[in-house]
Amino acid sequence: MTEGQGDSSPLISLRDVYKDYRRDSFVIPVLAGITLDVKRGEFLALMGPSGSGKSTLLNLIGGIDRPTKGEVRVAGETLNALNPSKLAAWRARHVGFIFQLYNLIPVLTAYRNVELPLLLTRLSASERKKRVTLALSLVGLEGRDGHYPRQLSGGEEQRVAIARAVVADPTLLVADEPTGDLDSKNAEEILVLLRRLNKELGKTILMVTHDPHAAETAAKTLHLDKGVLRA
Amino acid sequence: MKYLRYVLSHLWHSKRRTFLTVSSIAVALFLFCTLRTVMTSLDAGLRASDDTRLVVRHAASLVFPLPLAYRDRLAQVPGVVKVGYGNWFGGYYQDEKNQFTQFAVDVSTVFDLYPEILLGPAEKEAFLRERTACIAGEALVKKYGWKLGDKIPITGTIYPGEWPLILRGIYRAATPDADENAIFFHWDFLNESMPEGRKNLVGIYWLKVASPSDAPRVSAAVDQIYENSPVPTKTETEKAFQAGFIQMMGNVSTLLTILGSAIIFAILLVTVNTMMMAARERTTEIAVLKTLGFRDGLVLQLVAAEAMLLSLAGGLIGCGLAFLVFRKVNFTAGGMIPNFRVLPETLLLGILLACAMGLLSGLVPAFSAARLPIASSLRKVA
Repeated sequence: MTEGQGDSSPLISLRDVYKDYRRDSFVIPVLAGITLDVKRGEFLALMGPSGSGKSTLLNLIGGIDRPTKGEVRVAGETLNALNPSKLAAWRARHVGFIFQLYNLIPVLTAYRNVELPLLLTRLSASERKKRVTLALSLVGLEGRDGHYPRQLSGGEEQRVAIARAVVADPTLLVADEPTGDLDSKNAEEILVLLRRLNKELGKTILMVTHDPHAAETAAKTLHLDKGVLRA
Repeated sequence: MKYLRYVLSHLWHSKRRTFLTVSSIAVALFLFCTLRTVMTSLDAGLRASDDTRLVVRHAASLVFPLPLAYRDRLAQVPGVVKVGYGNWFGGYYQDEKNQFTQFAVDVSTVFDLYPEILLGPAEKEAFLRERTACIAGEALVKKYGWKLGDKIPITGTIYPGEWPLILRGIYRAATPDADENAIFFHWDFLNESMPEGRKNLVGIYWLKVASPSDAPRVSAAVDQIYENSPVPTKTETEKAFQAGFIQMMGNVSTLLTILGSAIIFAILLVTVNTMMMAARERTTEIAVLKTLGFRDGLVLQLVAAEAMLLSLAGGLIGCGLAFLVFRKVNFTAGGMIPNFRVLPETLLLGILLACAMGLLSGLVPAFSAARLPIASSLRKVA
């Protein structure tokens, strides 16, 4: 699970990106002219007050939302130009998502949750098993593969979510408040895990956080305020 | 197939909902099969009809008899090969609930006219020899646990009194649509027991003609003979006679179709609602799947597959139960529907209907899930 591409062009490139939301007849501007480059292998934290547009920016980079204006280019693709089907395939190949509330499928075991992204690949069942086992051991959950989310602690659930995010070896990890629902001990374990993924496996990570301590884990922190980036 | 586990996991983890939905579909399909079987069983007489058999009855109504004296004249009508006759007995066995078809027949012709009654030679000989003998269909014999030599007392309603028949033969039907829930006994036995005013009267005559093309001509010729007599006749093919008999019960077919459609439609609405609730409860989960890279089309298939599996399971259980129950209990609706048998085409139609219900009930939630916007569904706007 290593990031093998070593060219110097930025992995993420945003040019003059705007995002507005519509509520009835009102237009609410969320992002206003964001321009941003993120290199491969970088660990970037995004901070800012609630409503500043952090998650919206993350969604645009992760390809689960589209800008109102501007260009979003990630891993060599201009996301604005992709149709929903191609965008879904692109997400499956390039992005691993980590959510604040873990968002595991409650009716599936840890193993089956982690296996989900691999169902979209052409891997055989035995190859999928190898990858899932490896991902679960990477997050320190060997032997818990048969447990359902309700049988795991919050920290363990988040580790399963991280295993799910990395199992398909994505180019980029996007984490939206990954420690926001955890106590300090579990939060620290998750941050250590993210740092390892960045340092040892070279994963590019973009993390939204409110927590200054969590942001210190990242190599670089950007601040968003009212939809505008500040260094 | 690799996604089947995902679909099954959802069904398995919502056991109560799965059970209730499958049960409601099963009940609907059971009722559908039952109602359709009523229609197909009523039509069994039509399917079993022979185009070379004609039925002659009183022109006014089936309740008025014809003189036995007509027999010889009917035999002389050009095209008629064989003449038989009989009377509908209309009795019951032990209890008024135990009603089934009983016919007093001219035993010398009944086997020629009805070759679909299969009887062993020894039993046939025993039946022909004894005036109080009767033969019964295999299904009826099984139902009441009779055996050869048993005395079967039939209480008459049209012909009052108790009629002690002796079971001398058990016949099988040569075709699936022929009735195996009937008793045939000697018309002579009935006739000799009648008071003077009711002797030598028959309910209907059966005529065998050489070819189906002779039927219209022979029918017209017979009715012409007795056109101006005190007892005029109405002659028609056995199929037309059976159809008229069904029509006497009113427009049963339309009524049953309306009932069946209403049941299916009601359950369809329940299933659609259940599936929509299930999909709505999983809004975040569906958004997560799409985030992971599941395409809209795949999400649509997964949600639709769930509805389809539920409906198919319900359909298989409902249709299977209908098949097994009615095979086991030999239901005859008090003798009204003697050949109550769930046909393979009814089962097939039931399964197809279940599939259609699955498709329809899954369509709306599946399209909603496929169109779900990811970002807003994750409810996370910072």
